[in-house]
Amino acid sequence: MAGSTAIHIRNLVVGFGNKTILNHLNLDVKQGEILGLVGASGGGKSVLMRTLVGLLPKRGGQIDFVDHRKGEGSWGILFQQGALFSALTARQNVQFPLRENAHLSPRLLDEIADAKLEMVGLTSADGDKFPSELSGGMTKRVALARALALDPALLFLDEPTSGLDPIAAGEFDALIRTLHRTLRFTVFMVTHDLNSLQAICDRVAALADGRIVAVGPLSSVLESDHPWVKAYFHGARAQTLGFGT
Amino acid sequence: MFNAPVLTANEDDPRVLTACGAWNVANVEMLERLCERAASADIAAIDLRRVTALDTVGAWLLERLARGGRTRAALTGAEGPYGDLLEEVRGLNRAEPGERKSVNALLEKLDQLGRGSRRLVSDSGAFLHMLGALSAALLGVLRHPRSFRLTSTVYQLGRVGWQAVPIMALITFLIGAIIAQQGIFHFRRFGAESYVVDMVGILVLREIGVLIVAIMVAGRSGSAYTAEIGAMKMREEIDALSTMGLDPVAVLILPRVLALVVALPILAFLGSLAALYGGGLIAWLYGGMSPAIFIARLHEAVSVTHFEVGIIKAPFMALVIGLVAAVEGLSVKGSAESLGQQTTASVVKSIFLVIVLDGLFAVFFASIGM
Repeated sequence: MAGSTAIHIRNLVVGFGNKTILNHLNLDVKQGEILGLVGASGGGKSVLMRTLVGLLPKRGGQIDFVDHRKGEGSWGILFQQGALFSALTARQNVQFPLRENAHLSPRLLDEIADAKLEMVGLTSADGDKFPSELSGGMTKRVALARALALDPALLFLDEPTSGLDPIAAGEFDALIRTLHRTLRFTVFMVTHDLNSLQAICDRVAALADGRIVAVGPLSSVLESDHPWVKAYFHGARAQTLGFGT
Repeated sequence: MFNAPVLTANEDDPRVLTACGAWNVANVEMLERLCERAASADIAAIDLRRVTALDTVGAWLLERLARGGRTRAALTGAEGPYGDLLEEVRGLNRAEPGERKSVNALLEKLDQLGRGSRRLVSDSGAFLHMLGALSAALLGVLRHPRSFRLTSTVYQLGRVGWQAVPIMALITFLIGAIIAQQGIFHFRRFGAESYVVDMVGILVLREIGVLIVAIMVAGRSGSAYTAEIGAMKMREEIDALSTMGLDPVAVLILPRVLALVVALPILAFLGSLAALYGGGLIAWLYGGMSPAIFIARLHEAVSVTHFEVGIIKAPFMALVIGLVAAVEGLSVKGSAESLGQQTTASVVKSIFLVIVLDGLFAVFFASIGM
């Protein structure tokens, strides 16, 4: 199954009003890979992700999911701000998709929620906290646990490491790596974190001018001639991390 | 592609089980039943070679089954990702579940009662604290008049005063009309219809006009204040203000409360006019009393004192509504639910306090003979 396509995007057009954000975009996400999407702020990364998960309408083109259909627990989505339900505790947040999609006994529901919380590095005691009592890193972890509640085959991550300190971001990368190895899902990750790209992404796609201008393993994207990609990976901040020298 | 999960015992060795099929969340009901049935038996090993799908739920159920016996059962035959998943699940949920506190129902009721009383005390404290903070902010403004936020105050005045005029006028007009109609209907039996004018005039000017308007303002503007201030609290805007060296009370709450204190007497005045107009209209159309007679009777029946008694209460009611709205808004916590709770509490408390205040004023005016 390695190498087959999980998401097949052809000629995707998305826009608001008279502004076109994504202009005939083509991209394939392979089964079981971690794909990192980079692009300028306001360049349409989040728009692409929101279109893929069906939150935004597309004007044209095709999006085909192989074997995945929405609403049956085969998608997990980690929103940038966590988007935890503020009226529920962390444990209830993780239980919510399980409760809605499957009939588990209360005991099993608690055990699975605790197991998921432990998988993302939290304790059972953290499960009793409300989202407003959680730190930024913990919020992301609970949101990840909720996204993973139904063992999705496809995971969307919107800037998973933004707002975390380098240590926490590194731990979060390692966490996604580990969970990816055990649970074998496909990851579509929007990120700005050059370290994440290097550490966990199998392939990187660069979004500029409303289309994908470079895609492939990081080393091949680094060699792209596109001016934006050059500026991104060969700029001062990237240089200090040892990119593109 | 339905692949029902099965758990069977080996024919030669009943202590070895074989699991087949899809052990995932889609079949969780069947899995739970299978595991319950198997849990009582003594299990040495579970063979997983014929499992076609496995996710965290399935893996955890197998792990729980394996832990269940006196000795740990071996989970054999899982390969690749399934093996990794089982290995991961093996380390989970190791902590002993914490002792659940058993609660006595009576004790819990008493506990709630105690908490309720303490909340009452802390609520009054918060209310007085806000009154103090507001007075301090007002003194600060009097000392440095240029720090007064005139634009904000005028804007709030427009929102709670000007924009409220149509609805307040309509409601008080209807109330005045209803009082007059009921009065005429019942007084007619004694031939005392003309006293309806006294009733409407005194009732509206002393009590109903200001009370109805205050209750409407509590529901319309008090709730809006609580929701606004609460949302600002949630999004840390209040904290941002304090760190810039500005007093949130002076910046956000003083203009709002001042606007209410100015607007409520005006609204009460307009409301009383509308109620008298409604009463007069009904007296004419339903009671057959011409407007000229109504006005003449009204002139005899009411004095400036009645109007003063009503209108003096208005700014105090406005202050109470504003204070409650501010206190509740600032006690909003992080969640959306908390915002809703505090907004409800704000409206309920301010209406209650407005009525209590009205009662206290009635006692006061009676004792000074107004």
